[in-house]
Amino acid sequence: MKVVRHIAVNVFKESVRDKVLYNLVVFAVLLISTSYLLGQLTAGQDMKIIKDLGLASISIFGLLIAVFIGIGLVWKEVEKRSIYALLSKPMGRGEFILGKYCGLVLTLLINVGIMTIAYYAVLAYLGWTADPATRTSWPASPTDPAMLEAIALIIVELMLVTAIALFFSTFSSPFLSAMLTPGLWDIGHFNDDLRNLGAVTGSPAAASVARGLYYVLPNFSAFDVKAQVVHGQAVPLSYVGLTSLYGLTYLALVVLGAATIFARRDFK
Amino acid sequence: MDAIRTEALTKHYTSGFWRPRPYLALDALTLQVGQGEVFGFLGPNGAGKTTTLKLLMQLIYPTSGRAEILGKPVGDVGVKQRIGYLPEQPYFYDYLTAEELLEYFAAIFGYAPAERRARASKLLDEVGIGAERRLQLRKFSKGMLQRVGVAQALINDPEIVFLDEPMSGLDPLGRREIRHLILRLRDRGCTVFFSSHVLGDAEALCSRVAILVNGHLATAGRLSEMLAFQVRGWELVVSGLTEAALQKARALGHVTGAAPLGESRYALELPLTPPPERILAELMAQGARLVSLNPLRDTLEDFFVRHVSGDARARPSTSLGAGGPEPS
Repeated sequence: MKVVRHIAVNVFKESVRDKVLYNLVVFAVLLISTSYLLGQLTAGQDMKIIKDLGLASISIFGLLIAVFIGIGLVWKEVEKRSIYALLSKPMGRGEFILGKYCGLVLTLLINVGIMTIAYYAVLAYLGWTADPATRTSWPASPTDPAMLEAIALIIVELMLVTAIALFFSTFSSPFLSAMLTPGLWDIGHFNDDLRNLGAVTGSPAAASVARGLYYVLPNFSAFDVKAQVVHGQAVPLSYVGLTSLYGLTYLALVVLGAATIFARRDFK
Repeated sequence: MDAIRTEALTKHYTSGFWRPRPYLALDALTLQVGQGEVFGFLGPNGAGKTTTLKLLMQLIYPTSGRAEILGKPVGDVGVKQRIGYLPEQPYFYDYLTAEELLEYFAAIFGYAPAERRARASKLLDEVGIGAERRLQLRKFSKGMLQRVGVAQALINDPEIVFLDEPMSGLDPLGRREIRHLILRLRDRGCTVFFSSHVLGDAEALCSRVAILVNGHLATAGRLSEMLAFQVRGWELVVSGLTEAALQKARALGHVTGAAPLGESRYALELPLTPPPERILAELMAQGARLVSLNPLRDTLEDFFVRHVSGDARARPSTSLGAGGPEPS
């Protein structure tokens, strides 16, 4: 596991030196400027909108990092041939894949962590400066800890997207991976529609195929509880736990698949 | 136990997307390299040298045959702990400094932080990287990257080091330094397996060589034996030789060529028989004085060219024949 750790730290170092964390500045500017503008335009609804926008931004920024770094994670090593010297060192190819994966997840965790702190800081400031009448109209406290549940599920979702990007990166070009990964993410958000397709079409064959796809494709919509927490609706911890377990199991299988494909590759 | 052993190691590739055509990159290579040897793996571009090294590093898998390093199958993590590898035209993480790269690789070998720093520093000194070691590798020239590549191949004090074209991209001074480094490795008992198409390097360094042509092993053996086998006469330099004595020797067939060097000195080409001592005695009896006597033999370059052209004639390429492009 030491090898995995060293590879992961190196991936993180690459992200920092390639200025990936600059996205945090964009995030902070976006959040603060939007909060200010909405505060000028709306009364009472601004807190919900800002909460929603903040969570969506954390998700989108994380998604961009997961996809655009993830798809080049292995491909770049192979294409630039830096992998030759590395794989001749005492490690298995599985450790290489796991290290790369953990490195990107570490980058994402630090990113999301910093964005979350910035998010709560802006919300706390808005809550502190709001007048009491406006405050009573809010369905939940500005710094409602329930939002952490939504952020936890965003993290699991991003970990799964990273695993999928890494999987494609082990055998296809970044261009193809850049089509397939967001494509799969998009389909995964409409997964519930696949389950209901049978009832709509009336064709047993189509219903079976749709149902099969429903079970095979990742159900990304399950990770999205942003609307509930923004509106102050309770999300049971058991739901968060089970959904996380589903995500972690799925991503473990995807990383295993990536390692299996990678183990058989020839580096010409 | 051999340091390296391959048995009928074969690799086919396929090229083309719509109509894939197989071609043979390496054809049943059987080779043994003893421990402590400096072994030269020679051949022209596309001969299969890099393919062989990649097979030994398990960067590619063989179509058939097998390879062992230190008595264990290639790819064994325990074996990787004991070897070093310099890829051809190495590329490393350009966001790291040379120091950081070496420390990173040392960490993978399991060294403690202080030991990593010490090893990195010592090796960078050894390959002639000075203050530049704290610059990111993206600022390094090709020659400097090659030096860093050699250093990273030695980070674990390997028992066997595989160097793919180690002199590539180096200036004359750099080549000399790497030659000295290889000799120092040999002196401390390290087996060195290096590929090259620069024959002078092999002549200067190798105890044994193998010549690979179009994926096929043309010949392998001790360099001295190969060259001795090719001795085709003698070069005798004499002074005080008269024209009459030269004509007589020519008439007897004892001199097959003569080049005047000025001041009654001649470089004479003698056949293998009769023995040069006898011819020299005859000439000296007529007033000639010995300046030097050397065997006339093929250089490795002559040997190499002959084998390459001979093999190319003997082995016309087929759809599954040798001679396909070497993967980059």
